[in-house]
Amino acid sequence: MRAAVVTFPGSNCDRDLAVAFETAGFEVERVWHKDTALPDNLDVVGLPGGFSFGDYLRCGAIAANAPICREVIAFAKRGGHVLGVCNGFQVLVETGLLPGALMRNAGLRFVCKPVALKVETELSAFTGLYDSGTEVTIPVAHHDGNYQADAETLRMLDAEARVAFRYCDNPNGSAGDIAGILSENRRVLGMMPHPERAIDPLHGGTDGLALFSGLAEALVSA
Amino acid sequence: MTEPAMTEDLIAAHGLKPEEYAEILRILNRDPNFTELGIFSAMWNEHCSYKSSKKWLRTLPTEGPQVICGPGENAGVVDIGDGQAVVFKMESHNHPSYIEPYQGAATGVGGILRDVFTMGARPIAAMNSLSFGMPDHPKTRSVVSGVVAGVGGYGNCFGVPTIGGEVRFHPAYNGNCLVNAFAAGLADANAIFYSAASGVGMPVVYLGAKTGRDGVGGATMASAEFDETIEEKRPTVQVGDPFTEKRLMEACLELMQTGAVISIQDMGAAGLTCSAVEMGDKGGLGIRLDLDRVPQRETGMTPYEMMLSESQERMLMVLRPEKEAEARAVFDKWDLDFAIVGETIPEDRFLIEHQGRIVADLPLATLAGSAPEYDRPWVPTPAAEPLAPVPEIDPIDALKALISSPNYAHKAWVYEQYDQMVMADTVIAPGLGAGVVRVHGTSKALAFTSDVTPRYVRANPVEGGRQAVAEAYRNLTAVGATPLAATDNLNFGNPEKPEIMGQLVGAIQGIGEACKALDMPIVSGNVSLYNETDGEPILPTPTIGAVGLIEDLEHIIARPARAGHVLLLLGETTGHLGQSALLAEVFNREDGDAPHVDLEAERRHGAFIRANRDWIDACTDLSDGGLALAAFEMAETAEVGLVLEPGDTATYFGEDQGRYLIACSFDKAEALMVAAGRAGVPLTSVGRFTGDKLRLGTSEAPLAELSTLYRGAFAAALG
Repeated sequence: MRAAVVTFPGSNCDRDLAVAFETAGFEVERVWHKDTALPDNLDVVGLPGGFSFGDYLRCGAIAANAPICREVIAFAKRGGHVLGVCNGFQVLVETGLLPGALMRNAGLRFVCKPVALKVETELSAFTGLYDSGTEVTIPVAHHDGNYQADAETLRMLDAEARVAFRYCDNPNGSAGDIAGILSENRRVLGMMPHPERAIDPLHGGTDGLALFSGLAEALVSA
Repeated sequence: MTEPAMTEDLIAAHGLKPEEYAEILRILNRDPNFTELGIFSAMWNEHCSYKSSKKWLRTLPTEGPQVICGPGENAGVVDIGDGQAVVFKMESHNHPSYIEPYQGAATGVGGILRDVFTMGARPIAAMNSLSFGMPDHPKTRSVVSGVVAGVGGYGNCFGVPTIGGEVRFHPAYNGNCLVNAFAAGLADANAIFYSAASGVGMPVVYLGAKTGRDGVGGATMASAEFDETIEEKRPTVQVGDPFTEKRLMEACLELMQTGAVISIQDMGAAGLTCSAVEMGDKGGLGIRLDLDRVPQRETGMTPYEMMLSESQERMLMVLRPEKEAEARAVFDKWDLDFAIVGETIPEDRFLIEHQGRIVADLPLATLAGSAPEYDRPWVPTPAAEPLAPVPEIDPIDALKALISSPNYAHKAWVYEQYDQMVMADTVIAPGLGAGVVRVHGTSKALAFTSDVTPRYVRANPVEGGRQAVAEAYRNLTAVGATPLAATDNLNFGNPEKPEIMGQLVGAIQGIGEACKALDMPIVSGNVSLYNETDGEPILPTPTIGAVGLIEDLEHIIARPARAGHVLLLLGETTGHLGQSALLAEVFNREDGDAPHVDLEAERRHGAFIRANRDWIDACTDLSDGGLALAAFEMAETAEVGLVLEPGDTATYFGEDQGRYLIACSFDKAEALMVAAGRAGVPLTSVGRFTGDKLRLGTSEAPLAELSTLYRGAFAAALG
């Protein structure tokens, strides 16, 4: 299985995400934001956390217009799997691959801590190894993780079971306690918490590992 | 533009004493021009020249088999085995942080990160030691929220985990907060980059962000009329851009891989001036700069402004000429400025050209090497008055008073604003004691701590200096690490006052003694003097940042205590209450002497912990707050109740040094007692973990109630 991890200027979790994919058995290619093509025979693209372009305009907005993102969008539209973590989630909503927006945290401060999440659906390649309703602990680290969308979109996300994770104790004011959502074809996942920071016992927990290994299993059997 | 005349006021406005100006005249055999005066003032100010402290800093131990590079470069370099090195330093950004808390703190973090990656190391950990005025002082809340947000804003975006630090409050910092930023990076021991230029005719290359007028005069003191020409145009506090710094780091590390870099120096205080002079001086070369080629953010900048600008995120390099195209490509990739602004020259000159004119022509080696050095008069700090009697107090009431003070409350409000886990190697996140990060891709780890107890230093600078080092040693030991080396950030008042100078001299003596005895050489550091407002000095605050090595993570001490565990106390308890947290927080008194530090005992006890670390589940050192606070913190972390043996106020809250608390099973405790007997160290059982209450002798409270108090107090006071 092959994963590509994109580096934008200001990405700072690109290595961490690559390590997580590798831990789950992926062969990882690193891709630069100015590249105009993704590697061949790719199974998944990872958009990492960080502060792409300094988050100076609106989080993820400039990165969403980087040359590589045209390819990421095309890849997703062809049915490819895409995982966006933290800043990567912000990029995904800016590309339109996922609905809604990520606003400044309700507390107005950066928040970094392990949080409890409820797995809302096991119906995706990312969440297949979890049981719906399970509580997992995965760290967050963001200033703009307050997910918002119009009422109709929120209803649709609920109705189509596209909310992947919800916060048990909402750290940022997200509508419906939403921590991560899936695309309509369930192959694009955007989430604010960092599963790549919970894959090794040294991290204090390994609840994030099942996301990567579950994806690997799903892609092998697909 | 006409240059200002060399008046006494102008000279004084540059922080130069008449005798220092006379020295300039002697060196040049003529009057300096305005730009040259600025250059001298930048090189000779306290910040760059250490003119008041140099004599004493020389007494510190700086060598050891583990030291690859001691003080004098951008940061210290220490061997951690397997061909790897840790590169670290701590530096203050006090004054800017009080004027503009967010940017002051942010650029403090940026500056120290640059010091580390300039040496070829990728930053892997940051810490911040912060001292603020009292929470009820009108400025404190805004300073705290700005500083903490600024530290986070820069470090989080740059992508370095903040894994430790300190936060304290005391009225002596009401008008003068302290922001001491520490950073550590990882490098290959054979790929460290230094600042000494070599080779004649080598291109001097400017990298990174453009030069603006920000920070002009930041390293010197400006007068009123000076304000009209320079100061009012732009703020003196620089503005940080962590996004540019992140790219600058990636580009520099990438460039270093190509073999293009002969030497490199970041532009920090007094920017272009200090960095160019440093590179030339260390290499025994002259430097010629053409200011027209300096990337500029604004038009019409004068040579004076360009030479003294403290714009952030800039680097100067001496490059192998044949590698220019390769180097330029790296910087193009990261969309950063790359400009050849000068060259190395054989003669001893610092030659600055601007618009076809020579605007400064100074003897470079003399400029770098002849900074004044003072042996300032000092008086030893008088012995502290004996401690007045301390009344007995209910220990639970006293503990509640401590943990509801922002000084001893849980600091999650602060740490949660810092990314503690980016790079995914954090093993122990900040909170209590040392932070630990894994050395990426290995089973080794590095432990980091920063410590000082300013009350002790004021009462007794020598003991206080020793204690800061000893506490750092203990914090590293308590996670199972072997202390390797330290960096010192010495924050004091006005050194022209003999009693302040006496504090500095005493503290350096104590630090030196402890570093020698505990084998923790000082490999880098920074001195910040003149921390006074309206003649009132801060508490003397010599912050010690220290680094330890855990050779294999199997030996880390990082498990929580569990129900059924025994609590053991290593070290002698005499009940020293002088200058204690209990006195300050409960009785509003700061009297008595600082506790004595027995360095031999520290060494023995540290060695005992390390030798037996596989039997120890949880460990913490005892510092201010004594046995009761340390035991509470251990129980609170583990979320399990604790029963402590009966004791009096001095037993529970005394701050005797050289002590640790150990939690482990009964079987292991027996083995440890035997080992302690053999090693000749005092180890006693003082309690056991059980139930859901904290019991101190006959007084008790539900742990949950104490925990709520402890976790809510900081936000209640400052949120």
